[in-house]
Amino acid sequence: MAKNGTLGEKGLFLIIALFLLVFLVGPVIQVFYVAFVDVNTGSLSLINFVDFFNTSLFMESFYNSFYVASMSVVVASIIALPLAYYTSRFDFKGSVIIQSLGFIPLIMPPFVGAVAMQLFFGENGSVNLFLEDTLGFKIPFMDGLNGVIFVQSIHYFPFILLNLSAALNNIDRSMEESAQNLGSSGFGLFRKIVFPLAMPGYIAGAVLVFIKVFDDLGTPLLLNVNNMLAPQAYLRISSIGIDDPMGYVIAVVLVVFSLGALGIAGWALKGKDYSTTQKGGGGLNKRKMTRLEALGAYSIVIFTLLIVLSPHFALTLLSFATVWSYSIFPDAYTTAHYAEVFTETPEFITNTLIYASGAAVMDIILGVSIAYLVIRSKIKIRKTLDYVAMSALAVPGLVLAIGYLRTFSDVELPNGQMLASWWLMLVIALAVRRLPYALRACTAAMQQVSVSLEEASENLGASKFKTMRKITIPLMAGGILAGFVTSFATAAVELSATIMLISSESDAPLAYGIYIFMQSASGRGAGAALGIIAVIIVALGTYVSYRFMEKSRKQREVESKDE
Amino acid sequence: MNVKNVIASTLASVVFFAPLSAKELENKLVVITSFPKDLTKSFKKAFEKKYPNVKVEMLKKKTTAGIKYIQETKKNNKADIYWVSAPDAFEVLKDDDLLQVYKSVTKGIPETIGSYPLSDPDGFYSGVAAAGYGIMWNNRYLKAKKLPAPKEWKDLSNAIYYRHIGMSAPSRSGTTHLTVETMLQSEEGWKDGWRNIKRMAGNFKTVTERSFGVPDGVNTGSFGIGIVIDFFGLSSKASGFPVDFTYPRYTAVVPANVGIIANAPHVNTARAFVDFLRSNEGQSILLEPKISRLPINPAAYANAPANFPNPFKDSSIGQDINFDVKLSKSRYNLVNSLFDVMITYRLADLNEATKALHEAEKLLSSNNNNKAKKLIADAWVLIDKTPVSEELALNDDFTAIFKTKRKKRTDKVFGRQAQVEEKWDREVKDNYQQAKTLANLAIDLLK
Repeated sequence: MAKNGTLGEKGLFLIIALFLLVFLVGPVIQVFYVAFVDVNTGSLSLINFVDFFNTSLFMESFYNSFYVASMSVVVASIIALPLAYYTSRFDFKGSVIIQSLGFIPLIMPPFVGAVAMQLFFGENGSVNLFLEDTLGFKIPFMDGLNGVIFVQSIHYFPFILLNLSAALNNIDRSMEESAQNLGSSGFGLFRKIVFPLAMPGYIAGAVLVFIKVFDDLGTPLLLNVNNMLAPQAYLRISSIGIDDPMGYVIAVVLVVFSLGALGIAGWALKGKDYSTTQKGGGGLNKRKMTRLEALGAYSIVIFTLLIVLSPHFALTLLSFATVWSYSIFPDAYTTAHYAEVFTETPEFITNTLIYASGAAVMDIILGVSIAYLVIRSKIKIRKTLDYVAMSALAVPGLVLAIGYLRTFSDVELPNGQMLASWWLMLVIALAVRRLPYALRACTAAMQQVSVSLEEASENLGASKFKTMRKITIPLMAGGILAGFVTSFATAAVELSATIMLISSESDAPLAYGIYIFMQSASGRGAGAALGIIAVIIVALGTYVSYRFMEKSRKQREVESKDE
Repeated sequence: MNVKNVIASTLASVVFFAPLSAKELENKLVVITSFPKDLTKSFKKAFEKKYPNVKVEMLKKKTTAGIKYIQETKKNNKADIYWVSAPDAFEVLKDDDLLQVYKSVTKGIPETIGSYPLSDPDGFYSGVAAAGYGIMWNNRYLKAKKLPAPKEWKDLSNAIYYRHIGMSAPSRSGTTHLTVETMLQSEEGWKDGWRNIKRMAGNFKTVTERSFGVPDGVNTGSFGIGIVIDFFGLSSKASGFPVDFTYPRYTAVVPANVGIIANAPHVNTARAFVDFLRSNEGQSILLEPKISRLPINPAAYANAPANFPNPFKDSSIGQDINFDVKLSKSRYNLVNSLFDVMITYRLADLNEATKALHEAEKLLSSNNNNKAKKLIADAWVLIDKTPVSEELALNDDFTAIFKTKRKKRTDKVFGRQAQVEEKWDREVKDNYQQAKTLANLAIDLLK
């Protein structure tokens, strides 16, 4: 093997680097440039960053963002750990429910989700009105920073759940059996053997939650918490007629800090080998639960799901409600909103499916390739790919979209349409924005595949490509699926880049349709109905992929037993 | 492509001098608008009915996203019309040479509404509807909290409304900016105008990021009272929500505009569309209950539903104020920035100080103590303080700091917005905290 990577690896590296350069780095730099310009003289300078660190409001926002992101990781872990534990340790019927419903919080369509949450958990929402009527007090679920932590945790815990379950399912049974033979059992076994082996998956999820919450602006905006970094950046970038560079300065800070967090996570996993040489039939020994254990497990699972799915219950109610205002339940119910949505907006659904699956497929191809180059190749600057791709997480959708318009609006397609607003560009924008999810999942999965299996395959004469196809990718299937699902689900409800790039209604996806409905008082129910449709579509998509993975896993088990 | 452009513009100029008839219209029209579906759907339908060969594409983008979209795609523009509420959005596009002149001549439309010109004097954009700011409230909410409905801006600073009110920020919504500017231009002027705004803001529960967030919050009942533009209130009511709306005495009635984008590919259809919006036919569509906007053609009110406000007849709407558009424009960004520093980003501090002062005043009403009275008065002075005097707000060199857009490389600006804002922020935060301390001292004296 060449010291600086083989020719094929170098080629792959170049292709991916070019892709990221054209569709991420280039457009973003075009926008971020102003952060480095002194407005007084027009020359390049770092004066704006000096201003940033001298402004107490920004320092306060920085601290708040950090606090919220860290606490969200803690709370999300508390939600996700028991769920992941039950699904991987026990022969538990509830696993299917967890696996298929657990990611649904990720599909929270913009605006409608906000309204639904307020109607349920807001200061004058159903829960609090009920509490006040019966018990005479209220709980400020949605108030201030703690409100942000509450909403973010139930929104983003699936990142941890999906990645951790994928990792747990990949641990070789023999590890656990060896430990048991040596006398370890119960929680000690889980703590000393199982959890450490699943660490890459957990860290991958936790880092995503941290960075995502740190960079997220939707939730703070919906709760009207302004004193955090991402909303500060957004509010400054999107006010009318002001070209205050501070918005872009904050965006640059977000990118740098997110990459720092990623670096720390990578450093935490450094020098440890998480791979196990699987002999097929990955996944822990699953044992049957006693009746009492099952009761306990079901109550925890059902309680958790009730909380995390409550926004969707509220959304469902809203989609059937006539008027719902300052009351525990809507005044009356109707199906008129669904009728309205179905007669008016058929192309939204097909567009969403095409865009979200296109973006997700692009993401796992890129994710697997980058993971492979970073973990397996010897190219010297291979890590930069990882960091560049991850920086997309911190780039606001608005910034990326403005960058695309700036870079690609001069180019025309043969039919006279401008390239920037061609639907395929929207798919690429979505893919770039969601790439970090798929990439973390693929990287974690590949870290668990032992290189010796690949070497064995190559020793037996298989080419690198064939080894990848026949050995590595099948072993990574769980992680790839987790990446596909998160990319798909979140791309399906993305709005910020979409609304900027769309140039004709016939190209628009569901999120845009929801936005249109939610711009008027009378459109609330219809918007919610469209939101529910989005949730159902993505849920079905995920269920199908889950069944597909289970089937291929079982098949592998059968094959390995036959040998 | 260049040749194509030359031919196109030559053709366009030839057509411009020819009388307009349906035959010469291009068969497509792309409208960038922030208006809700209920409104755009009705206008699209009516226009396509009138001109069966034309297909209208209504492209919905937020006001700010629309501006950015037009700016970024100007070299390859595919859109014809920009149609939103905020007058300042058109000023931004006009300054960037992204609009073209079209003076739509429509019979019966007056030059001004109140003191506000209905169309751009230079002809870059034309008025199509009018709107006034007011107060909307949720009847169920007020009933549950046993609160009376407010009538005037001043009512909103009453202690009973503490944390029951929502408003959008002027930097987020051009129409909210006009409300703030209206209060600053009322007979009390800059200093007392800010005092009134801050006394009211002390009662805010939230400053929303989108202007639609305010009617949304009132409709769901997450807060009871909202400062909104009339059609948000009227259309919410028409959609069945238990809400009501009123105009306070000092309110500006301002036009919603439409403009034709420079290099519009379908310029004749665009002109026909502007004419259509201002025609009797177009104006009467505004009266549909789910739209509920005020026509600017006085004749259109003949078909209005009962109790529909009419700014041309009803002297109580927007007549008590002389709105100076030039003044508003000169300090536009400064006012927005001041509001954000003093209210949007420091709402929690302002809330706390206001709460303590309300409590102290309540105690004072039943227990007269001159020392406490003085403390309370001093505390209010601290809250009312605005870091920028009226003279400074009118100083061009100072306001230039907030117009960071340099047109030429040689343009120089002195001072940076971030620097100035940080100075204000420190001052404002200190004042609020001190005011709270003084109020608490007063409470201790009165207890």
